[in-house]
Amino acid sequence: MNITAIRAIYRYEMMRFFRTLLQSFLSPVISTSLYFVVFGAAIGSRIQEVEGVSYGAFIVPGLVMLSVITQSISNASFAIYFPKFIGTTYEILSAPVSFLEIVTGYVGAAATKALFIGLVILATSTLFVDISVAHPVAMIAFLLLTCLSFSLMGFIIGIWAKNFEQLQLVPLLIVTPLVFLGGSFYSVNMLPPVWQTIALFNPVLYLISGFRWAFFGLADVPVGMSLFAIAVFTGVCMGVIWWIFRTGWRLRV
Amino acid sequence: MSAILSIHDLKKSYASGQVALKGVTLEIERGEIIALLGPNGAGKTTLISIVCGIVNASSGSVTVDGFDIQRDYRAARKLIGLVPQEVALEPFEKVWNTVRLSRGLFGKQRDDALLERILRRLSLWDKRDARINELSGGMKRRVLIAKALSHEPRVLFLDEPTAGVDVELRKDMWDIVAELRAEGVTIILTTHYIEEAEAIADRVGVIARGEILLVEEKAALMERMGRKHIVLQLAEAVEGVPPALAHHRLEPGADGHSLVYTYDARGPRTGLTQLLNDLAASGLRLKDVQTRQSSLEEIFVDLVREKAE
Ligand SMILES: Nc1ncnc2c1ncn2[C@@H]1O[C@H](COP(=O)(O)OP(=O)(O)OP(=O)(O)O)[C@@H](O)[C@H]1O
Ligand SMILES: [Mg+2]
Repeated sequence: MNITAIRAIYRYEMMRFFRTLLQSFLSPVISTSLYFVVFGAAIGSRIQEVEGVSYGAFIVPGLVMLSVITQSISNASFAIYFPKFIGTTYEILSAPVSFLEIVTGYVGAAATKALFIGLVILATSTLFVDISVAHPVAMIAFLLLTCLSFSLMGFIIGIWAKNFEQLQLVPLLIVTPLVFLGGSFYSVNMLPPVWQTIALFNPVLYLISGFRWAFFGLADVPVGMSLFAIAVFTGVCMGVIWWIFRTGWRLRV
Repeated sequence: MSAILSIHDLKKSYASGQVALKGVTLEIERGEIIALLGPNGAGKTTLISIVCGIVNASSGSVTVDGFDIQRDYRAARKLIGLVPQEVALEPFEKVWNTVRLSRGLFGKQRDDALLERILRRLSLWDKRDARINELSGGMKRRVLIAKALSHEPRVLFLDEPTAGVDVELRKDMWDIVAELRAEGVTIILTTHYIEEAEAIADRVGVIARGEILLVEEKAALMERMGRKHIVLQLAEAVEGVPPALAHHRLEPGADGHSLVYTYDARGPRTGLTQLLNDLAASGLRLKDVQTRQSSLEEIFVDLVREKAE
């Protein structure tokens, strides 16, 4: 195991993040505040409570998930797409590192950044609503797993993308809708029965449900199921990345 | 002495169908400097990229110090440094950070003193905190060299290190190559310039259209490449070679107003003095004189023809 290489990649990637720390910090604070103003005030005045939780508090887990998922994907996809675009991947490919080490470095950094953003959003939320966390360990675990799995997915997108449009395509066309339809801002029980069934095919639902359970002890689907879903998702992503590095797909001609 | 780099029957066809290497076999000795000389598209970069793990070979094998580049990729790559042909650097990164990353990637412990020595040697020390996009083209090239040297490679690939580089830097590059060689580093460089190969290499390999045409000691090859032509522009038209000059290796020029003399500039006797004496005696009036060296292209053509025969 080339630990030094993992550390080098991780450190290098994190430095990029620290260079723009203020930006990285301000934008989630502002967007979270906006969500509370818009959703909290406009919708919250009509929906008082969801399953016994005030609406403002109810949307916090969804809000955190939304940002963490989009951040994980954009961080990780950009981290590998950019070197590919400017040609600096030659160095990674020619270095004595395994795919696992490369992924650990890049994905680890992307996940760390997303985690940081998630925590900032959580902290910002407490300025607007009272939230208590019923299962803190589970909450952190869900957060970590989400950062990790979606960073892995972002990494794949970054390798797959041949241009900037494609880089934006998957997050825009697939991920954002899935997150919004995954019950970020409502409980699936509020949907008509047909849509409830359809929603069950949305993997993001399991994440948000599990995450929300960690906060309020209530879930749309069983917690075990949530954990299982995210584990499968992480495993699939790892498998794809392993295959990419073995064949050199889109990296090595 | 065993070869540090063994390339055996290496073939590469790109997905586009382009055949870049048609079975290259090459042994490179420990500590030597070998120049790969070849025209555009010969396959030089492809060859280097396969050895470094950037391009997948279609078939064939490569070992570096006995380590197979696929099975023992870690051990093999640890030994290799690469200065690529194209400048590829992250524009907003600082020089120091990018060099430090390179060392880390190769699993080497942090060594700031070493990096400082390298940057100083490449006149980049003052620029260590500058961003890449604030550097000139020549400086960026030097950053690439610093990155490659940062992990103390035993085998160094320089892919056209002096393309687009001024005379001074070129000289400096040659000095660095000589220093590395003194430390026992094996160096493989590609170039279009015969003079460059001549200035620094021990051996020269000529590659064209995906094939190694020959690998020779520099001296032997230089002799081959030393052919020069003198074009004698005459004031009057001539028909063929005038009888007074028939015993010289002259050919009539295409325009009917010139004679072309071909000779070996490195040979012990060029026959130039005699030719000029005879020319004066013949009463032909000279208008102009040009000299021309066999171009690399011509030499390649000759080599390919020789090989076919
Ligand atoms: N990624 C690629 N995809 C398809 N064909 C390629 C690719 N890279 C190189 N080639 C082709 O392979 C052949 C050899 O190219 P290569 O870059 O190895 O030549 P070279 O000797 O380095 O040339 P130069 O002196 O111009 O750098 C060329 O015909 C080139 O068009
Ligand atoms: Mg080349």
